[in-house]
Amino acid sequence: MRFYEFETKTILARRGIPVPEGSRAANAGEAASAAQELGGAVVVKAQLLVSSKAGASRSDESQAVDSPEQAATATEELLKIDDGGRGPRGVLVEKVHAATAEYSLSISYDGTAKQPLLLAADVAGNIEDIADAHPDRVVSRHFSALVPFSDYVAKEVAAGLGLNGSELNRMAGVIARLARLFLDYDLTQADIQTLARLEDGSLLAVDCFSDMEVEAKYRQKELLAEFGVGEEDTRSVREPTAFELAGKKIDDDDPRGIIGPVVEFGGNVGLVIGAGGGSLTLTDAVRKAGGDPANYAAIGGNPSVAKAVALTKLVLGKPGVDKIAVMSNVVSNTRADLVARGVIKGVIEMGFEPADKITIFRVPGAWEADAVKILNKYGVEYCDRSVSISEAAKRAVDKING
Amino acid sequence: MGVLVHKDFDFIVQGITGREAVNFTRECLEYGSRIVGGVTPGKGGREVYGVPVYNTVREITEQRKVDGSVITVPLAFAADAAYEAIDAGIKLLVIITEGICRRDAAAFIEYAHQHDARVIGPNCLGIIIPDVCRFGSLGGPAVDCRKAFKPGVVGVMSRSGGMTTEICNALSQAGLGESTAISIGGDPVIGSTYAELMPYFEADEATEAVVLYSEPGGSSEAELARWAKENNSRLPIVAFVAGRFMDDMHGMSFGHAGTIVEKKLDSPADKIRRMRDAGISVADEIGDIPRLVQERLDGAA
Repeated sequence: MRFYEFETKTILARRGIPVPEGSRAANAGEAASAAQELGGAVVVKAQLLVSSKAGASRSDESQAVDSPEQAATATEELLKIDDGGRGPRGVLVEKVHAATAEYSLSISYDGTAKQPLLLAADVAGNIEDIADAHPDRVVSRHFSALVPFSDYVAKEVAAGLGLNGSELNRMAGVIARLARLFLDYDLTQADIQTLARLEDGSLLAVDCFSDMEVEAKYRQKELLAEFGVGEEDTRSVREPTAFELAGKKIDDDDPRGIIGPVVEFGGNVGLVIGAGGGSLTLTDAVRKAGGDPANYAAIGGNPSVAKAVALTKLVLGKPGVDKIAVMSNVVSNTRADLVARGVIKGVIEMGFEPADKITIFRVPGAWEADAVKILNKYGVEYCDRSVSISEAAKRAVDKING
Repeated sequence: MGVLVHKDFDFIVQGITGREAVNFTRECLEYGSRIVGGVTPGKGGREVYGVPVYNTVREITEQRKVDGSVITVPLAFAADAAYEAIDAGIKLLVIITEGICRRDAAAFIEYAHQHDARVIGPNCLGIIIPDVCRFGSLGGPAVDCRKAFKPGVVGVMSRSGGMTTEICNALSQAGLGESTAISIGGDPVIGSTYAELMPYFEADEATEAVVLYSEPGGSSEAELARWAKENNSRLPIVAFVAGRFMDDMHGMSFGHAGTIVEKKLDSPADKIRRMRDAGISVADEIGDIPRLVQERLDGAA
């Protein structure tokens, strides 16, 4: 779950990592006042969730200006940026500081070592790009999430950057603070893309971003409340569509089984599919067979008939969808007969013939024989576990594409 | 033969009185697994399908050999359950619980490593050697489990529990069967990656080929590709990468917690390229897996 840059900077500053003087402004007027207060050259940075990671100080996301009037004009422009269906969460107006050197720091989890991985470079920017362009300038160091972070680790990294004397100790201080707050706030990514050294030798986090683990929201309530992040707010890369919100409501309304995530795509092949990895595989199989999915869905944990009815109506009711495919991987606990009842009932309630609308039913699960009886009664094509996911998807797509 | 578990493998279930744990305890017993105890704090003295329930793990390990533990406790107690099992000397943990934070997983996995214990999962379904031992909840009811999993020559590793069953079912239908199947877990930080488990399959006489199911997100496939290049393995590897549609969906998450494309390594395209470069066969369609395995086996012979 992404934090806005001003939020990341709030966390950094609280934990003793200096950030530029400045404040967030919601509109042009506030930005002008903020610029006035700071005086001189300022930078105006759009507060975005989606693209703030793409690189430090991207020109189209921030503007350097010299006056309050210019700050206002810049803000008006920046606030027009589309941030995954949202507007920016205001702008950050900050004093511009002259740097004598720039660095970047990045911490995330490395699934291979199963430990947090600290990367540092003596150049500003996105650490992945730096690692590609100048692998020799990147210092990497794993550290433990089991024992408290030790300062020597930060000193090793600072020394690896070629620093010495007070420069080494200052850098180690920032690195250690970043590592500790990374652990303390359950972050999955904490990057300072531009860490500037100023004339006086001090370090300043100029560009940064961070992600918090969604699963950790329950134990970071205080911070999230401070940032106004609600329980339902996952800050996804784009705002959910009406179709997706309706899918979520179906899941929320009935605790029996799980439906979700439901994601809207632009195609015409309606998918009532599950679960987990099966949905990923099924969506690919439909595309591979030449189909264009109208949606992604996942059903699991033995959904009730009512839930299957609701999802069927949602998908079949989506503009551009004429037929649906009901498919899943081999499942152990989901009752195929309940899914069959649900999708057939949903189609009938919409005033259609199940055989016209359901292209294929492949749910190799429990109570399969009962499902077959129901499907045969309505003439819906059924296949069992002897038919691969690829083959089932082909049959469905062939019927839809004609 | 097979890897990690065997016919005399004695294990316990932490969280045995939970609804799902009760179900898979019955399923495992019907499958022939040896569940020698269960743990639910505060419910000591009860029984679940004849399996005695204790308050603590140590009450069991102090009186008998315990080879492994299946952990399926509520999220808030999961890390603690892992530490309890490790401290009681158990060397193989299957952690089914979903939603464990990376920080917690990284910590108890490091602790396990220090104590010479291996963690499978979190967010996995466990291990199965068809008709020999089922350690976890793979495959559902014993009767369905026997349909999907048949003894054979293919070692299977999968980031998705459900797809473990799907792929094994396809291999069984094709007459190849499985030597051991492992649901390794769908989280970003898991205890045992493909590359770490490969040496076990390598050492297992029953295994003649390995199939793995992978998803977007994480560095496990790159790690495996490196392993395959550095080790002249006798085993042909066939991989399938699901979620190719996510290649151009930066930052969107589908399915498991680990399934997200943020870094370059995360994308299915990158994973496929790396694995093919390392001589791993990557199936374009899920339905191609059995044929590719057969081809690699014929080629190797």
